[in-house]
Amino acid sequence: MSVTDAAVQEAGPRQRTERIVNDFAIQVATVNGSGSQTANLVLLRSIFQMGVPVGGKNMFPSNIAGLPTWYTIRASAKGYVGRKKEVDLLVAMNPETAREDVLSLAPGAAVIYDEPLKLNVLRDDVVFYPIPFDKLMQPITHDAKLRRLVRNMVYDGALSKLLSIDMGQMEKALRKQLGKKQKAIELNMSALKAGFDYVEANLPKQDPFVIEPMDKTTGMILIEGNAAAAIGCMMAGVTFVGWYPITPSSSLCESLIDYLKKYRRDPDTGKATYAVIQAEDELAALGMVLGAGWVGARAMTSSAGPGISLMAEFTGLGYYAEIPAVIFDVQRCGPSTGLPTRTGQQDILSTSILSHGDTKHPLLLPSSVTECYTMAMEAFDLAEQMQTPVFVMSDLDLGMNTWMAKPFDYPTTPLQRGKRLDAETLKRVGQFARYRDVDGDGIPYRTVAGDGMPAYFTRGSGHNELAQYSERAEDYSKNLERLSRKFETARTLVPKPDVEMLAKGTVGILAYGTTHWAIVESRDQLRHEAGLETSYLRLRAYPFTPEVMQFIDACDRVYVVEQNRDSQMLSLLRMECSPAHIAKLRAIPHYAGLPIDGRSVTTDLLRQERGEPAVAIEHSRLGTVGGD
Amino acid sequence: MSTPAQPAPGKKVNRIGLEPVAYRGSKTTLCAGCGHNAITERIIDAFFEMGIEPTEVIKLSGIGCSSKSPAYFLNGSHGFNSVHGRMPSVATGAVVSNRKMIAIGISGDGDTGAIGIGQFVHLMRRNLPMIYVIEDNGCYGLTKGQFSPTADVGSTLKTGVVNDLPPIDTCTLAIELGASFVARSFSGDPKQLKAILKAALSHRGTCMIDVLSPCVTFNDHDGSTKSYSYAKDHEEPLADVSFVPFFEDINVDYDPGTTTAVTLHNGSKLLLSKLAEDYNPTDKHRALSLLRETTAREEFATGILYVEPDKQDFLDLLGIVDEPLAALDTSRVRPGRAALDEIMESFR
Repeated sequence: MSVTDAAVQEAGPRQRTERIVNDFAIQVATVNGSGSQTANLVLLRSIFQMGVPVGGKNMFPSNIAGLPTWYTIRASAKGYVGRKKEVDLLVAMNPETAREDVLSLAPGAAVIYDEPLKLNVLRDDVVFYPIPFDKLMQPITHDAKLRRLVRNMVYDGALSKLLSIDMGQMEKALRKQLGKKQKAIELNMSALKAGFDYVEANLPKQDPFVIEPMDKTTGMILIEGNAAAAIGCMMAGVTFVGWYPITPSSSLCESLIDYLKKYRRDPDTGKATYAVIQAEDELAALGMVLGAGWVGARAMTSSAGPGISLMAEFTGLGYYAEIPAVIFDVQRCGPSTGLPTRTGQQDILSTSILSHGDTKHPLLLPSSVTECYTMAMEAFDLAEQMQTPVFVMSDLDLGMNTWMAKPFDYPTTPLQRGKRLDAETLKRVGQFARYRDVDGDGIPYRTVAGDGMPAYFTRGSGHNELAQYSERAEDYSKNLERLSRKFETARTLVPKPDVEMLAKGTVGILAYGTTHWAIVESRDQLRHEAGLETSYLRLRAYPFTPEVMQFIDACDRVYVVEQNRDSQMLSLLRMECSPAHIAKLRAIPHYAGLPIDGRSVTTDLLRQERGEPAVAIEHSRLGTVGGD
Repeated sequence: MSTPAQPAPGKKVNRIGLEPVAYRGSKTTLCAGCGHNAITERIIDAFFEMGIEPTEVIKLSGIGCSSKSPAYFLNGSHGFNSVHGRMPSVATGAVVSNRKMIAIGISGDGDTGAIGIGQFVHLMRRNLPMIYVIEDNGCYGLTKGQFSPTADVGSTLKTGVVNDLPPIDTCTLAIELGASFVARSFSGDPKQLKAILKAALSHRGTCMIDVLSPCVTFNDHDGSTKSYSYAKDHEEPLADVSFVPFFEDINVDYDPGTTTAVTLHNGSKLLLSKLAEDYNPTDKHRALSLLRETTAREEFATGILYVEPDKQDFLDLLGIVDEPLAALDTSRVRPGRAALDEIMESFR
């Protein structure tokens, strides 16, 4: 368009001939609240529609508007959907962070930026594509507010041209995103085209990054873990939801409310076959869930670390009073004034023994959106079978980011409602004793109000087999032993780990949750770059099933990779392992608030293999300083 | 649910054929003479006389002396001694999940006014159908006599410590927050308390009943405004409460000129015969100013302070099905294959 634009271009690095196809990461740096979400999802979706595996991760501040936010889209022909540490293509829209964003790029990266920012002066080893966003927006609309909202679509258009992303796919993705809002679609399309045309006319391609059609996403869906979990809860037949808003968990219950409203109305009366109550706090949320579970409802709540802490007292009551409850912990960093919008696996140890007294709780550990769906259903079954609170340990990365998956299967197994006393069983056992271990598995029979079976009085630990108040030492210790027996039974009911065991005597990796995606990539890197073959156990639940000890047995050493500072799962393993097993365990901790990446695991594991101390701290600059 | 049984000759039975023993519970472990035991007796009387089927009742409590008492009545009902100050949430989950149950919650002044004030506030706001009794002795009995938030300014502990913080009036709070049936009584007034409890059993919505119940061990002395003698001397019954269940004819003894009748949702009649003044329990402003006036005189207004018979309760607000949510079978709670297909399509 102008002479200066071309001049800027020429100041870039020399033309490169190599092509990097379907294997790079795009990072869009914007300001929170600037309406970049639509543009980012359209970009993600259009690559997905071209059959290329993608993953989208939003790294956002604890703020509604005004602070920096980064959205990363990774395209990976090999199907790596974990975070890629290195940014290959930067879209620099945030004046405040642009300079640092550019300086942190590796040589050879490319930058699309808002022309007035003049980022091209910063370095000469990256490709710069200056785009006059405001100038391009002028003819599209005179409405300043609308202009701001659709402005981001310009970079989608530019990327479409630069990366060879089919404009038809962009339009399809846009229509998917905006639904039937015809005027909005037209406006966005104009911005999209403006970006495309500008690049076509002014900016010759100088970077190696290209999207080429593949067939690896056929029939797949793009979904967030929280939505997947919500669908699972609905299909599990949840009847009671008590919740309190908290990032990053809120969207789980909010999605669930939407689905329940649509699909859980009585066909004859139109009335709800469920109840959702936004409680006054997390204490009340779990209190309501226990009240509901006590009368036989399938009841759940969803929260994150601070809320889970508030639920500690009720969790203990649930454990001792033996009431089913499903609790989602969408994990994030630290306290409310910590990094509430950043991910982690930091609640493992505290949740496994949440509460006072001798308590321990089953934890389910989903690593994918599919498991958010299936484990939601498994959690309800397990909670009723075990008559105890069950936790599903998701995290922000899984819950709030966008992941590919095959469409979820319709559940074929009936709901497992656990040991509920009926007339036949009562006849067989002779007398109803709420806390008697009739079957030897530690799980007693229960009755609920209104079921026509004998009533009992529910209280904490001070009771005998007949649920009568007792402070006798023998009653108390016998009850505790039965509860232990019950926990042993849980080992036979929880999901078994996924194990890939190579020949005996190899290096093993043990991980869980979203760490899995870094491991997938790291194992390939270890194999290709260092010739190191690794065995892998992906943990899917606590308590540990026998496969876990067998795996440690069979390995020379086992690297336990997790997203917390103190190696919390490793600590849980230590509690159960023999000294010989403990000696084999190595820690690879990751605690940056950002999703773990394969490269960090590979680097740390190889360093430890060479006998150097573990250093897994990622000094990333994707954060907010100041503000608030 | 229950079939009225043929009364056995010579035995006292209620309208569903049950004897009083069916309404009793385990032996109390509270102190002899504790006001809470008298309240337990009135609960037994009220449920018996109203012919409530014990298997259709759930009884809940928090923690404290008061909260032990659900074990002492209605042995045939499911009971839940939950955690300190948080019975309202447990009751909310239980009542919403099985709307067929009649719920009675027993709390104390500490359990409600201190640790449980947050949950109390939201229970009242929601107007959840349940009876919520505060056994109010102005002190913590089970931890040996510390002040509670309903202790009056100037009341003293046995150790001589004086309370210098103002009390919370749970009745004022409950009325302000939306409870649709608010009453205050005294454990030593069996006639009034029983009538209030029976009326509460006919009301749909939150029935908040604050019952002054002296602690004979820690708070029944001259320095205490919650002592038996103080309560007896300063109680101001605002009306003579009588109650006529829907299954009985209205007693002709009441003189229409001095009696106000309030019809409760099931057709029962609440009859208030005026004592000192023309009291209308459906007037919220009047109820609140009465509470202020009597408090200023260091008196307790007792009786049914406020009732709003037609207020929408929480279950109606939620729009849930008529059957207990907890008892719905799989076909009603697991959407069909088409629903999942449609959802999956939306993510393609």
